[in-house]
Amino acid sequence: MGYLARQLAGRTDPAPDAGWEEAPERKGFFTDTSICIGCKACEVACKEWNALPLDGLGLSGNSYDNTGGLGASTWRHVAFVEQSKDRILEARASGRRLVDLGMPQVGAPSPAPSPSATPSLPPAPEGHGPDLRDLLAAANGAGTEETAYPGGGEVTAAEVSAMGAPLPDFRWLMASDVCKHCTHAGCLDVCPTGALFRSEHGTVVVQADVCNGCGYCVGACPFGVIERRTDSAVSVRADGHVPDVGVAQKCTLCYDRLTDGQTPACAQTCPTTSIRFGTREEMVALARARVAQLHEQGFTEARLYGANDDDGVGGTGSVFLLLDEPEVYGLPPDPVVPTARLAEMFRTAGIAGLGLLGAAAVAFLGRRP
Amino acid sequence: MTTSRFDSYRPPEDGPRRRRRTSVRDAVTGAARDVVQGGRSWLDRDGGGRREAPAVPDAEFVDYYGQPVIKPVPWKHEIPAYLFLGGVAAGSGLIAAGAAATGRPGLRRSSRLTAMTAVALSGATLVADLGRPERFLNMLRTVKLTSPMSVGTWILSGYAAFAGAATAAEVSRMVPLPATGPLAVARTALGVVEAPATVGQALFAPPLAAYTAVLLSDTVTPVWFESRRQLPFVFVASAAMASAGVQLALGPGRTGPVQRLAVLGAATDLVATHRLEQHLEGLELREPLETGPAGRKLRLAKALTVAGGLGALGARRSRALAVASGVALAAASALTRFGIVEAGLESARDPRYTVGPQRRRLEERRARGAVHDSITTVG
Repeated sequence: MGYLARQLAGRTDPAPDAGWEEAPERKGFFTDTSICIGCKACEVACKEWNALPLDGLGLSGNSYDNTGGLGASTWRHVAFVEQSKDRILEARASGRRLVDLGMPQVGAPSPAPSPSATPSLPPAPEGHGPDLRDLLAAANGAGTEETAYPGGGEVTAAEVSAMGAPLPDFRWLMASDVCKHCTHAGCLDVCPTGALFRSEHGTVVVQADVCNGCGYCVGACPFGVIERRTDSAVSVRADGHVPDVGVAQKCTLCYDRLTDGQTPACAQTCPTTSIRFGTREEMVALARARVAQLHEQGFTEARLYGANDDDGVGGTGSVFLLLDEPEVYGLPPDPVVPTARLAEMFRTAGIAGLGLLGAAAVAFLGRRP
Repeated sequence: MTTSRFDSYRPPEDGPRRRRRTSVRDAVTGAARDVVQGGRSWLDRDGGGRREAPAVPDAEFVDYYGQPVIKPVPWKHEIPAYLFLGGVAAGSGLIAAGAAATGRPGLRRSSRLTAMTAVALSGATLVADLGRPERFLNMLRTVKLTSPMSVGTWILSGYAAFAGAATAAEVSRMVPLPATGPLAVARTALGVVEAPATVGQALFAPPLAAYTAVLLSDTVTPVWFESRRQLPFVFVASAAMASAGVQLALGPGRTGPVQRLAVLGAATDLVATHRLEQHLEGLELREPLETGPAGRKLRLAKALTVAGGLGALGARRSRALAVASGVALAAASALTRFGIVEAGLESARDPRYTVGPQRRRLEERRARGAVHDSITTVG
């Protein structure tokens, strides 16, 4: 594939494409939502390190999520989803369906283990994730009777056992969202001033002093991450000054820390290692190992988001392990970077333009007045 | 479930706890339950007295507390105004070139002046949108082919340069200048550059009219992105009918070519808009084009296009009819731009329009057996 063709879609290594010579390995996050405890330490650490202004105080009424979403002054956002047993079962079934579809994965799809297989479960990877064997053993000890699931209607204990992992009455999904640092970043592609650039680490960074505030990047992000900062933000500074108003802002993957070989603030502060930072290759490998482990333990609702280089954005720098469909977390189920269709758009516009030229010529044909 | 022994002092809970907030999902599952139970159904569900009962069942999808998945572009009325003025400038430039080529001095003069005024005003709206004039200059620091806005800035600048030269030549003919001295030299120079400037203006006009469609389509805003194959035709037709309408309204003796361009533009606009609506209908994205302020604007635009197009047919007979139909066509074009922009912003604010089409696209691909290009994987 040629240099130009690689710029808009498909798998590629973005930093060398952007002209970096001897670029370091591409960096990224792996956010494992299965072990997120919703402490929001990442949100706070990000605000602290990057000196982001406050963006309002208030209670949204949406579970424990009072931040709402990613924005100009929120570069990490913890989503809280409250789910009933029905929905958990649906998530588990949809995850199973993905396996049956033959989604890209390492190794063969693992069958759901029988309850007796509990002792053979593998331990959690070193320093990552809780050991679910105790949980599973407890559930299997009590889970053979209907009474283990009070209030359970259509879901019987037998079905639950077939799923291979305990099915709680209720759960919270907690997921720390962040800029995806796409391989083909819509925001970066459409920026008319060059304010957005690809760093040597393969990440996407905004230069606030070059940005002209046109807001085009906001509309080009398929994940709704980047935003133009408004002065409605409440500042924590005494003079009420809000920096960089009218300028697009988003996660830089702590570019300033990366250049000194440091870990981004959110990953450094995460108390459960739910947010991991490293080379993207490592992160994808870690994510794959973790999802395989969860599937073996019967948690078929686990799936990866962003680890596939053939997707609409060429794979994301931030990889997520989700426990339900992406839209449950407010993530798009099939994002496509709009510039992937740019050639087609310009071609259509060209034909339309020629049509206009032709129409004008036709209008002026004929006899003189 | 409790973790504290003090909770034993609480009064017993009766029934499941109520959710604090009714989400779309609750409404959907509620409606589904009603249908299963054979009692109330979505047909006789009333909207609580304030809204009318929905005519179709709610789409099945899950969302995150009704929050938008993508962000709407933070553009206000300046951008649709810019799109309209750019269209008028582009069409007027073509009319001016045609008039110059076929020897119609009256039409050439008025269309050149219209083009120059429109392009100057469109630049002003662009600067108004950005906030400060020097921010426009920021865009001229670079040429970026992947950014329709960067490409468009250069198209606009190129067009404005040629239009400026052509208009200056026109003005030098209109005002009495001395026969000798620097001003006379300037007039001679303008006479030399007039023909190339006219050609340049004519060549930059079609891209100026069409690129704005790419500008909108190259975003994730569902209505704009999905209309990428139809929108350029809507926009160039709209530009043709608006600029021809302005010339029809400006003065007598401009029938003939302008009339033909107006009718051609109006007819193409109706056809292209219809095709756009059909395409979006298939993707279940037509609703933003039909409801709310955007729907009202687009309906009015269509009515004005039909009226203006028919009026333009008889513009030769009555001066009043020519003015009325010209104004109607220009207004229709402006309303189309505002309507399309507003409908797009509305489609971005509602997660239904983002998740629904994406989900369906994904399911279709999976049904075909293509699973390699999904963002969600299991390993």
